[in-house]
Amino acid sequence: MTGGSSDGAEVGDRGDRRDLAIETHGLTKRFRSQLAVDGVDLAVPRGAVFGFLGPNGSGKTTTIRMLLGLVTASAGGARVLGTDMPRHVDSVLPRVGALVEGPAFSPYLSGVSNLRRFDAADRHAPRRTRAARVDEALDRVGLSHAGGKKVHAYSLGMKQRLGIANALLMRRELLVLDEPTNGLDPQGTREVRSLIRSLADDGTTVFVSSHLLAEVEQVCSHVGVMSAGRLVAQGTLAEFRDGGEARVLVRTPDGAGARRVLQGLGMHVDDDPDRAAVEHTVAARVGPSEIAPEAVVAALVAGGVRVRGFEVERASLEQRFVELTGEGFDVVQ
Amino acid sequence: MSSDGEGATAGLETPPPSAPRPAGARGGTLSLFASELLTLFRRRRTWALLGALALIPILIAVAIRIAGDAPSGRGPAFLGQITENGLFVGVTAMVVAMPLFLPLTIGVVAGDTIAGEASHGTLRYLLIAPAGRVRLLVVKYGATAVFCAAATLTVVVVGSLIGWALFPVGPVTLLSGATVSVGEGLLRFLSIAAYVTVSLLGMSAIGLFLSTLTTVPVGAMAATAILAVVSQIMGALPQLEWLHPWLFTQYWLGFADLLREPPVWDSFVDNAVLQAGYVVAFGALAVSRMLTKDVLS
Repeated sequence: MTGGSSDGAEVGDRGDRRDLAIETHGLTKRFRSQLAVDGVDLAVPRGAVFGFLGPNGSGKTTTIRMLLGLVTASAGGARVLGTDMPRHVDSVLPRVGALVEGPAFSPYLSGVSNLRRFDAADRHAPRRTRAARVDEALDRVGLSHAGGKKVHAYSLGMKQRLGIANALLMRRELLVLDEPTNGLDPQGTREVRSLIRSLADDGTTVFVSSHLLAEVEQVCSHVGVMSAGRLVAQGTLAEFRDGGEARVLVRTPDGAGARRVLQGLGMHVDDDPDRAAVEHTVAARVGPSEIAPEAVVAALVAGGVRVRGFEVERASLEQRFVELTGEGFDVVQ
Repeated sequence: MSSDGEGATAGLETPPPSAPRPAGARGGTLSLFASELLTLFRRRRTWALLGALALIPILIAVAIRIAGDAPSGRGPAFLGQITENGLFVGVTAMVVAMPLFLPLTIGVVAGDTIAGEASHGTLRYLLIAPAGRVRLLVVKYGATAVFCAAATLTVVVVGSLIGWALFPVGPVTLLSGATVSVGEGLLRFLSIAAYVTVSLLGMSAIGLFLSTLTTVPVGAMAATAILAVVSQIMGALPQLEWLHPWLFTQYWLGFADLLREPPVWDSFVDNAVLQAGYVVAFGALAVSRMLTKDVLS
């Protein structure tokens, strides 16, 4: 697990560069006085489903816009599919499908016409197969019945599906999906999740930005977390979870004794008298002691504490996320 | 277009991820241009603009048919000829439409080119398709030029048709007094449409450039139309005579020279050179702006 922006040179050393679908070095974007993205070093392995997390305004979308060549970086650089961006934008982007900051269409055209129009803009997309590919993409997102309707009559969820269909017009090596489940009902959210899984099974690298942690937890193999324009953590999902501190929960009638023993082991015991009295549970963070769980139980028993239950709790993705990005509306700006 | 076209539908399922893609650039650009024209002419607004332009010759013809000839010397040029020869309705309507109405419609289409896409958010999707920034600009400008031709043809063709329907039609008496056949007269009127189309190309380039500056299409449209009016006002001030040869509106009404025998092409050539200068200058500005622009909409 890399520590984000502070140790910038690390990305290149992590292995063969060709194995990375997205790679950035010190990627920075300054809008006048505001630093929107600050020295981001992303490393997205090929074949990964990479969850790109962060509170609103943390720089996710600006980063994506730089990866796609829509916005020029103020400093640093990016390689997408092993090729420098934005210098080789014309050879890279045909291999990339994207949904950026919500779907957008000409409202006075039908869904089919909109897709054909975007497809015509890609000079690598064969015209002969255009109609068939558009139909297939609509079918994939369950919009076949509404393809002939004007887009201004679409619901938000239908537009979102149409946006995903646009990203799937050609077979892509990389899909960049910015908040793909925005506006979708639970049914649609499930469908998008299974779509992402099936694309990943075909070998497509998927880069999903989201603030829905549960969703990311279900489909992603890797995560990166943005906060206030900086990449504060990235790695595999397992590494990311392990990065959080483990907690132990002891169920015992001997609350005071348990606290004494745990503190003696160098652990941080939660000061929660209600829980101790009502639930007969004492919780403690492992802290710097890094002591093994079985050693904790042995110490408790040796200390004469009656242990009725013992549990090691790993931090959830949400807890980790909050640890990294701050609580509630108090997010770092 | 590509050698693998044959198996492309089947190939959709299973090409290796890094298969080289066909690179037939020219067919692709034509395809994008066709798609752009389709988009422009499938839009109801485009037809509303053309319909409004068609109303000008219709109003003129119907008014004269009902109220009769105006006292000679009053009203726009060519108005007096209409009762004698209905084919003049188109030219009269062009004289009426040129100062404000035509520039307004062109301003709407040219000002919308990039800013309209930006306001819908479709600019980002066109660029990541990838359309290519300069390629998209060229295609957008081409479509605007086609609209210029459609607009001027609407005025001339609808004018000739309604004139034909409501007034006697016969050999056309030119400004120099000579008379030419109906067929040649119609050709002269078509050449006027060509002249006016060329006249509007410089303004279209200005609109295209202004359109790259904003995500609010109405702003670019209004600014383009206002510039056309301001340029004509400056053209009317004798104190600014030194400036006149450089104004893009300078030769706008010079198409009457095409109704002489033989036709005088001097103003056509001067106009074309001037418009080309505007296209190059504002085209270059638009390209440089487009290439450096951060697309945030």
